[in-house]
Amino acid sequence: MVIGGGPCGLEASAQLHKMGYNVILIEKEKQLGGHLAKWDRLFPEGIPAREVLDTLIERINGVKCFTETEVVSINLLDKEYNVILSNGITVLSKAVLMTSGFDLFPAEKKEEYGYGIYDRVITNADLENYFASKNDARIVENPKRIGFVHCVGSRDEKAGNRHCSKVCCATAVKQACEIKELFPDAEVFCFYMDLRMFGRGYEDMYLKAQRDYGIRFIRGRVSEVSETLDRQVVVKAEDTLSGKPLKVTLDLLVLMAGMQNSQAGIKVGNKIGMRRSEDGFFTTKGSILSLQECDKAGIFYAGACTGPKTLPDTLNEARAAAISVHNYFYNTEI
Amino acid sequence: MDFGFSLSPSSRIDLDLFDREKFRQLTELEPDVLKCMACGSCTATCTAGKFAKNSLRSAILYLQNGQSAQALEYLKPCMLCGKCFMVCPRGINTRHLILSILKIYGDAK
Amino acid sequence: MIYEGKQKIWSEYQKDIPDDHYFYVRSCIRQSFFPASEKVFLDIARNKLGKDFFETEHHTTCGGIAYHSDAIPQETSMTIIARQFALMHKYGYQNYVCSCITSFGLYTETLETWREFPELEARIKENLWKSCKLEFAKPKYLAHASDLIYKFRNQIASQAKFKLIEKKTGRPLRVVEHIGCHYAKMFPSKGFGGAEYPYVLAGMIEAWGGEVIDYPERRHCCGFGFRQYLVKSNRGYSLSNTHKKFESMEPYKPDMIITNCPGCPYFLDRWQYVISEIEGKTYGENGHGIPVFTYEEVAGLVLGYDPWDLGLQVHQVSVEPLLDKMGVPYDPQMKYKGKNNKDIGRPELPTCACL
Repeated sequence: MVIGGGPCGLEASAQLHKMGYNVILIEKEKQLGGHLAKWDRLFPEGIPAREVLDTLIERINGVKCFTETEVVSINLLDKEYNVILSNGITVLSKAVLMTSGFDLFPAEKKEEYGYGIYDRVITNADLENYFASKNDARIVENPKRIGFVHCVGSRDEKAGNRHCSKVCCATAVKQACEIKELFPDAEVFCFYMDLRMFGRGYEDMYLKAQRDYGIRFIRGRVSEVSETLDRQVVVKAEDTLSGKPLKVTLDLLVLMAGMQNSQAGIKVGNKIGMRRSEDGFFTTKGSILSLQECDKAGIFYAGACTGPKTLPDTLNEARAAAISVHNYFYNTEI
Repeated sequence: MDFGFSLSPSSRIDLDLFDREKFRQLTELEPDVLKCMACGSCTATCTAGKFAKNSLRSAILYLQNGQSAQALEYLKPCMLCGKCFMVCPRGINTRHLILSILKIYGDAK
Repeated sequence: MIYEGKQKIWSEYQKDIPDDHYFYVRSCIRQSFFPASEKVFLDIARNKLGKDFFETEHHTTCGGIAYHSDAIPQETSMTIIARQFALMHKYGYQNYVCSCITSFGLYTETLETWREFPELEARIKENLWKSCKLEFAKPKYLAHASDLIYKFRNQIASQAKFKLIEKKTGRPLRVVEHIGCHYAKMFPSKGFGGAEYPYVLAGMIEAWGGEVIDYPERRHCCGFGFRQYLVKSNRGYSLSNTHKKFESMEPYKPDMIITNCPGCPYFLDRWQYVISEIEGKTYGENGHGIPVFTYEEVAGLVLGYDPWDLGLQVHQVSVEPLLDKMGVPYDPQMKYKGKNNKDIGRPELPTCACL
């Protein structure tokens, strides 16, 4: 049983299926793909998300897959989990793999940024949707100044999330370049606290953003946003490098909403008492050697349900989890 | 009327106000200015910086914030020794950049 | 501006307070700044709405100004507050309402501190007993007086003689609402509407026919800021903060400002004169300032009180242009006549925005 049909669940199911296991994949939404299905292009090279997702979906050919299906109850019976699904089907499963992923931080919770209140404030997810559809009433025809706020709902105890969401810096740099391509006359500002360009090719992406796209990076967290008479947004921050307060009026502000454990995943986890750490994500058995195991026998984790991860990280964890499940079957059978 | 107090001048950087034309000219002549990531190596190694207000990092920042007079202040003691060129991790031709800044902003007081 | 977004936030910050039987405490400075506001509040509550609001001359200041300017420690202000609670208890009340925002903030802070540190509450109990031989009970409900006017806003609207509407044209008046920082910025859940988009005054404005202005520096401090004006060498900051707000609201052409704090209306009103002297600039129409009111004064105008009974003659910025807009009648001859027709004096510097 694999719970969650995002990229992680798809890859893990495909691998387990290839290894000869009888896999059931469940997904609460109508469509497979999770957040990936709503994303336009992926950093660092800008590969279309759709291409990646199509490949992942192709790979699960042969896996039993239920969409629009949720877990109603889950109990340990002797050595197997008895899982009752919302579609009326009951499954006895020896291993359960949680690939429930993340939720984007609800940006309206940072009330001072005015998401859902000011006309020109959108999120990273809204912008991806715009890149794909070219349709969003909040984006004016020829925006002259555009801002990105990093760490929205991340590294913020007031917002309930102390952790770094890992992918937003790279996403912001990617989106800043993309929007500059769409609107070459616009000035683009990124408000960051630290730029975390840890992955291969990310530093090059950052350099390109500066040199080729002229993106201005301002080190300082946006403190508050307000609206002008012309419905533009005024952003207040400190330019911490010069130690001076700074103000700029923008035509569009993009909030880089961070990651938190998915509510749907937590609901399943609570049914069987999966432990969660202070950051809200599921607690793995070990933090280095057994990242895929839960302390409950037969329960496994992969992907962002145990902390923010990039897509390649997630896919690697999916494969690692498949191996962990395989070892578990092998050992218990011996 | 003297109240014994008055309006305090604002020290805020207002990015709405400054004229970007000169900075655009600078980036045309010197695209590498955009590569600065404010690491401060140039200032740390500057032979004049220990004795006078000299910092290329600060000067670039002031230019980006539209405060060219302050930027020039931070370059005044420069003797063009080029030591900053040796340490810049992004390989910016700092000496060339300083000369270009002076060429474009030189008349700003 | 997406109005529904604000409504959603407002629905999340609704506090539960009863609508009757309150122990009322006054502010230490409002009676000299805005001499009729508290009297009008009690009159509206008791005589227009028929509620039970009790007050006693035995209560004192909450110590807020001394506390916020570091003249007394927190323990002292908590003991003063405990004594007020003892009075409330003695007179048989459980609901406490104060006229001042600084007091409201300090009461909230005290109750929250006691909740976190019960041993501190025990010590204050001891202090109060040692100093006054009194015992206190914590209020069941704590409210600010503006919370109650907000709660009764529709009842007041139903008795309205005048609306926040320009009588001649029917245009809703453009109203700036300014919330005291200590109302909800420290404890967002304790204020109607929260800290970022408070609804307490906006709700009154909407109910009485006006249009709320949301300008970029809406959240900014009025300029009171205790230490900013208490120390003369800092007073320029106070003035500059007020100036920043006026510069920001100017393009919206506000007809009036409503506030719910003792300091805000005072500084928003008086500093307009100082700015006009220093900068030669005024922000209202025809060289006038923008009239500034307390919420009680506005409720009083809506209910048809005489402007001079509301104490509007002691405002720095003259209120007549607004009275004319609303169609409120007034006798110019009576403006500077106090009780018993005694002359109360006139502003000495008519170069300013007034008259």
